[in-house]
Amino acid sequence: MADLSGMRFAETHEWVKKEGDSATVGISQYAQSQLGDVIYLELPTVGQQLEAGGRLGVIESVKAASDLYSPVGGEVSEVNQDLKDHPEYINEDPYGKGWVIKLRGVKDNPKLLDQKAYDAFVQAS
Amino acid sequence: MTAERTPLYDEHVHLGAQMTNFGGWVMPLQYSSIREEHRAVREAVGLFDLSHMGELRVKDESLAQRVVTRDLTRLKPGRIQYAMLCNDAGGIIDDVLVYAVADGGYLMVVNAGNQDADFDWIRGHVPSPAGGGRQGGGVLNVGRDWSLIGVQGPRAVGLVQRLTPSELGGVKYYTFIEGKVADVACVISRTGYTGEDGFELFCGNDDALRLWRALLEEGQADGIRPAGLGARDTLRLEAGMRLHGNDIDAGTNPLEAGLDWTLSLDKDFIGRDAIVQARDRGLSTVLVGFKMLDRSIPRHGYVVVDNGQRVGTVTSGNVAFTLGYNIGMAYVPPTLAAPGTRFGVDVRGTAAPAEVVALPFYKRPHPK
Repeated sequence: MADLSGMRFAETHEWVKKEGDSATVGISQYAQSQLGDVIYLELPTVGQQLEAGGRLGVIESVKAASDLYSPVGGEVSEVNQDLKDHPEYINEDPYGKGWVIKLRGVKDNPKLLDQKAYDAFVQAS
Repeated sequence: MTAERTPLYDEHVHLGAQMTNFGGWVMPLQYSSIREEHRAVREAVGLFDLSHMGELRVKDESLAQRVVTRDLTRLKPGRIQYAMLCNDAGGIIDDVLVYAVADGGYLMVVNAGNQDADFDWIRGHVPSPAGGGRQGGGVLNVGRDWSLIGVQGPRAVGLVQRLTPSELGGVKYYTFIEGKVADVACVISRTGYTGEDGFELFCGNDDALRLWRALLEEGQADGIRPAGLGARDTLRLEAGMRLHGNDIDAGTNPLEAGLDWTLSLDKDFIGRDAIVQARDRGLSTVLVGFKMLDRSIPRHGYVVVDNGQRVGTVTSGNVAFTLGYNIGMAYVPPTLAAPGTRFGVDVRGTAAPAEVVALPFYKRPHPK
């Protein structure tokens, strides 16, 4: 099980883990279980500026296409290229090798939830 | 209206299935992973609860002839045909399997969400005064009395054979027998909606759980997996099979849908004249299969574009797990229907490149 202690979650089911002013972004275990088999991702390019709550890309499972939102603002510094050939990494390891993008110049987003609050949010939804 | 449940509902929940509403029924969408369930059916064997499907008993042979697009006079008892029910305008009310029953007349297996409407419609064509009443005119709506379990995949025939004293080698594709499977009285039908070999087993509701569990247990050695509607949809799409409500409906006729072979235009049936007229006028739209040339995924309702113009509509689309690319079906003008023709599919504002390919996308390897 991945270490979730430093993670924050958006109500749109993305996670972010900050290290200094950089951050890694992915989607939650709950989100991947709801989506089912992920088969395609449409992701931003390196250098693109994202805003907190702004559209990050699109994730498609066998069932449907859904929008992804960036939990924090920042500049895209890296995109997980492995997901091109292995979108199933999102299902297999959403907090590890299924990470989606990295950002730099990250601004804080006080609206994010810690894991406990996110779990409660998922329970209630 | 609350959704209906099959006799296997509790079993699906117990197996951890994600349930979904389909055609008015709560059905398993997936148990573990659509990808893995799809693979199990292509490589080993999958088990499907199809009890939501409707069954209509039509005893009156001339009535059946009148409502079904295909000539049934040569359909001998024990044999099955795929055919359409069409309205007066030639639109497809439903696509059905017609079973010729030994004691006369037919059994029609119809889509879950259409079963009551089909029943009412067929009964509406009973010559008066026989009509009226739930059993009027020799038409019976028996779908809720029967369960249906699909066993599909290269190991399906061997699996079912181990559970029945009946000799299944003689049960050819699109034929059926009555027999016992796991000591449960069944109609054993060599049919399916996956592109694989296998059986569909009809049994009484009270026996469904016993039959399901016996197949699941005996199938462990074969690598059996219960498979949900998610895999059923990706499998049938690879096999080029139309889904009523997606690819065909009351607004499309069998010629447009590429189902000419289900029509016996030399007999009289409801919708025949409209279909002949449509043929003589020439078709403005036809159903084609296509593959995406990039990684984007076509979906039901996406627009087909050609030279910036909207020219058609996608009716089904998804990943083809077995083939390794993405596929779909769409209605397009006949000028764009030849295999090799390229057009665009509007995916979130971008015309993603696609190429027409012959149906079916996937054909199972011939048995040795």
